[in-house]
Amino acid sequence: MSRVAVLDYGSGNVRSAVRALERVGADVELTADPDAVAAADGLVVPGVGAFAAVMEQLRGVGGDRMIERRLAGGRPVLGICVGLQVMFTAGTEHGVTTPGLDQWPGEVVRLEADVVPHMGWSTVAPPEGTVLFRGVEDQRFYFVHSYAVQTDPAEALRSDAPMREPLITWAEHGARFVAAVENGPLAATQFHPEKSGDAGAQLLRNWVASLG
Amino acid sequence: MSVAVRVIPCLDVADGRVVKGVNFQGLRDAGDPVELARRYDEQGADEVTFLDVSASAEARETTMEVVSRTAEQIFVPLTVGGGVRSVADVDRLLKAGADKVGINTAAIARPELLSEVAERFGNQVIVLSVDARRCTGETRTPSGYEVTTHGGRRGTGIDAVEWAVRGADLGAGEILLNSMDADGTTDGFDLTMLRDVRHQVRVPLIASGGAGKVEDFTEAARAGADAVLAASVFHFGTLTVAEVKAHMRAAGIAVR
Repeated sequence: MSRVAVLDYGSGNVRSAVRALERVGADVELTADPDAVAAADGLVVPGVGAFAAVMEQLRGVGGDRMIERRLAGGRPVLGICVGLQVMFTAGTEHGVTTPGLDQWPGEVVRLEADVVPHMGWSTVAPPEGTVLFRGVEDQRFYFVHSYAVQTDPAEALRSDAPMREPLITWAEHGARFVAAVENGPLAATQFHPEKSGDAGAQLLRNWVASLG
Repeated sequence: MSVAVRVIPCLDVADGRVVKGVNFQGLRDAGDPVELARRYDEQGADEVTFLDVSASAEARETTMEVVSRTAEQIFVPLTVGGGVRSVADVDRLLKAGADKVGINTAAIARPELLSEVAERFGNQVIVLSVDARRCTGETRTPSGYEVTTHGGRRGTGIDAVEWAVRGADLGAGEILLNSMDADGTTDGFDLTMLRDVRHQVRVPLIASGGAGKVEDFTEAARAGADAVLAASVFHFGTLTVAEVKAHMRAAGIAVR
């Protein structure tokens, strides 16, 4: 059974992530202990609320270093919602720009659409070769967010070869935005798989299965 | 690739039990909110809402326990409203497993509560619940609709449309617009009020009050609702969530 650590750094409603992972058969621990985080087969970084607040809380428990160390060793990490956003270069909310973990190039900006927040079930467009969306390519997933990355991180990385090019899944709300990224050991979703019913469960099952 | 219109069953809960009439076929215990929520999840509900109508503080503690047991069993968002008065109340509900919290009367008394909650948890957790009715008697508001309290029995003189706009400005991530005139009639949602609010408000809008047949839900979606909420038609088995969605889908409305 794959052991999954869910990073416990004070973000809201992390228990739903724990339960959804348990539902798909993972052995889950909610923890911020660096040894436990390092030892797990997979690390999930949830995130709810404001970009700046999440970054501060993450750094507060040393989560930024834990994530970096795991990735340096090629060990899987899955970011959810603001947990996706903080993997990018920076986020701008209410005119304040906060540096992110800079694993991927791109900035998190406010969505321009008739109705914001983007709240509800939307379809996504996964690319060829996706592992996360296997079997649920045509399903809807539950999104709750007002900010997103709208530039293509794969495009920005192309000049930095040799690098394993990320697989980008797009969705649309007002304009297209990054709904998920799969990039070697680091994957992330802007939507909430733990709140996305059976489709979300299948996505988590796919990720847990990939942990080996 | 548009976002699907959500269908949301709502359960009135007091002392850990569903209190409004429930007559769900094939259910041994129709009064258990956890079991009902799970049924709705299985039927394809896009979200589930609990309205805590408990009178006492002790009963509210029971609700926390129900919220937490429900959150363990359903894998779609759970909204809990009723009697939320402070940031601490919101914190407790979120910790118990709610994804969103409905705020109503407390925000009328003290609108800053919305900003305080938004600052702490983000605006996506706040559903501002507006119980509105057509103005009657001496009362006049610009939109012709006023905000009520006490289950629609007491008028406030506050314009319902202006309040929805202000609530969104203060930090509400979503507006639950409940027509007190239509509530319980099963004659359909108040589409005029829905359109009035839709034209003014840029956050998601949930239509509530008056649902009786599948066409009502489709009309509410056409009038601009991002989500449609109903209680009795689902509880009594008059309609299933799947039937409502099938009608909406056939009418060309995106549903999950």
